Amino acid sequence: MDSNKNFVVGIFDDEDVLLHAVEHTREKGLKIHEVYSPFPVHGLDEALGYKRSRLPIAAFLFGMTGTSLALLMQIWMLGYDWPMIIGGKNHASLPPFIPVTFEMTVLLAAFGMVGTFFIASDMKPYKWPRQFDIRSTDDKHVMAIDLATNKMSKEEISALLKSQGASEVNEKNF
Amino acid sequence: MQVTSSIREPLITGGKTIRDVSEDISRQVEGKPTQLWWIAMGISLVALAFGFYCLCTLLWEGVGVWGLNKTVGWAWDITNFVWWVGIGHAGTLISAILLLFRQKWRMSINRAAEAMTIFAVICAATFPFAHMGRFWLGFYWVFPLPNTWGSLWANFNSPLLWDVFAISTYFSVSLVFWYMGLIPDFAVIRDRAVRQGHKLRANIYNALSFGWDGAARTWSRYESVALILAGLSTPLVLSVHTIVSMDFATSVVPGWHATIFPPYFVAGAIFSGFAMVLTLLIITRKVFKLEDYITIYHIELMNIVIIITGSIVGIAYITEFFIAWYGQVPAEQYAFFNRMQGPYWWAYWSMMTCNVISPQLFWFKKIRTNIVATFVLSIIVNIGMWFERFVIIVTSIHRDYVPSSWSMFHPTIYDMGEYIFTFGLFFSAFLLFAKFFPVINMAEVKSIIKSSSEQKH
Repeated sequence: MDSNKNFVVGIFDDEDVLLHAVEHTREKGLKIHEVYSPFPVHGLDEALGYKRSRLPIAAFLFGMTGTSLALLMQIWMLGYDWPMIIGGKNHASLPPFIPVTFEMTVLLAAFGMVGTFFIASDMKPYKWPRQFDIRSTDDKHVMAIDLATNKMSKEEISALLKSQGASEVNEKNF
Repeated sequence: MQVTSSIREPLITGGKTIRDVSEDISRQVEGKPTQLWWIAMGISLVALAFGFYCLCTLLWEGVGVWGLNKTVGWAWDITNFVWWVGIGHAGTLISAILLLFRQKWRMSINRAAEAMTIFAVICAATFPFAHMGRFWLGFYWVFPLPNTWGSLWANFNSPLLWDVFAISTYFSVSLVFWYMGLIPDFAVIRDRAVRQGHKLRANIYNALSFGWDGAARTWSRYESVALILAGLSTPLVLSVHTIVSMDFATSVVPGWHATIFPPYFVAGAIFSGFAMVLTLLIITRKVFKLEDYITIYHIELMNIVIIITGSIVGIAYITEFFIAWYGQVPAEQYAFFNRMQGPYWWAYWSMMTCNVISPQLFWFKKIRTNIVATFVLSIIVNIGMWFERFVIIVTSIHRDYVPSSWSMFHPTIYDMGEYIFTFGLFFSAFLLFAKFFPVINMAEVKSIIKSSSEQKH
């Protein structure tokens, strides 16, 4: 994070007003740094032009890793390392290995995906987030606009946000 | 834009605003525990201490302190194990399956139900561990760890080993799912602590929230994580009780050797789990004054799930009997005849009354929307489901193939003590959860305030 960044911060009370505001201000050429909300607002990521998350791909790859590891482990242990005859069946028959394989698939997919989520979102227990307005976890939606990336002046942005239904417009410097 | 449906009752009553949600749910985390909380905690800790004594005696003396004998090798321990695992299932059904079905009424109850799942699975796990006697060696018996016997690996053909993998995966994934849901709510408490000037609390809850910022980008990823976790948990929860049932169904014991077991066990698990959710939530909503969030409508919907799953369980009981008659295997027929009329007839008929007859009362709207009736019936259902497992396990094995081995099971104080231990563990964990964690998912409830509350816009 570079220091001395100036932001205009628009506060919205209602999620539908916020959604329209995001769409309209982006049409007018305003670059929005980020929007902070107390709860997930449906359609906000598309309105902001974010691409779909690739976490499902990560989950799939981790899941496949789990499947392969579980199968390899069972076939190697019971088929090659110490073959045992159990109930007169083959040393390494597939059907009894399916439950453990399924569980390992789910386990690795879930943990791998959640781990990827924490890394991708840069979330760690000892990190404090940059907060534009502390009410964004309570009941306000907070739209942050970086002055450096926009051509409009502070006053113009302020007026635009007000006209789009922002209940307050503040400034925040980091 | 979401529109309030005129044919559905609002999920949140009392004209709550988004700010009220933060206020009402965070209040009990921020305040001092009430006297009632201390009393409940005291009772739970006494139960825990007594159970711990029984558990230590078991470890010191051996499994012989239990009432097990050569014929009845599984009794209260496995009954309690299956009972607790079953209870856990409702939490995952509410949080994962209802999420996939986009059922918004899950939002007020999923947090507490998932907490219940996690604590119930911990309680369940204590029984197989205790049953192993020297459980520190058990790690080599159940996990594929290199050992000094060869390495002689664990037997992956055994349903008991599948169970180990199923339950430990279920526990871990449920824990992650529950924790993911808690993250935004920890941030709410953190920011309230900052405003109230509680530095230590702010730091603790920030660490718990992993520095949550609530950015649209984070929410977008967060939602896809939640959806996929729900998608993974749904087959997982079905697999868990399926595999638990295979502990019995893959054996050649009359009364256990049945292909109907997996669906029948899963339905029974959800049935007992919903009953336990109701027992816990009826108390929680009263103590924390959450009647506007967990409404009569929520309770009614859960009671409808109880009618459905209770009826499935009833049909399964009848099917088992029909197949025993139709299959014409004398040992199988005797096992079922013995359940009904043998020395354990009282357990069988308690099971039938509690599980098949009592939930049918919920067909009456007056009963399913009555808090006291629901509370009483939820406890009756759980008693019935305990008897179901007891009937399946003990009546099937107390009549061996050799009549000279026939015997009865008499629980000792140590059998009872370990059951009491898990109650102490479960309730003290739930009380700690209710005190330090938000009991309702604030972020999700806030997202439906506009579309499904009594608030005027």
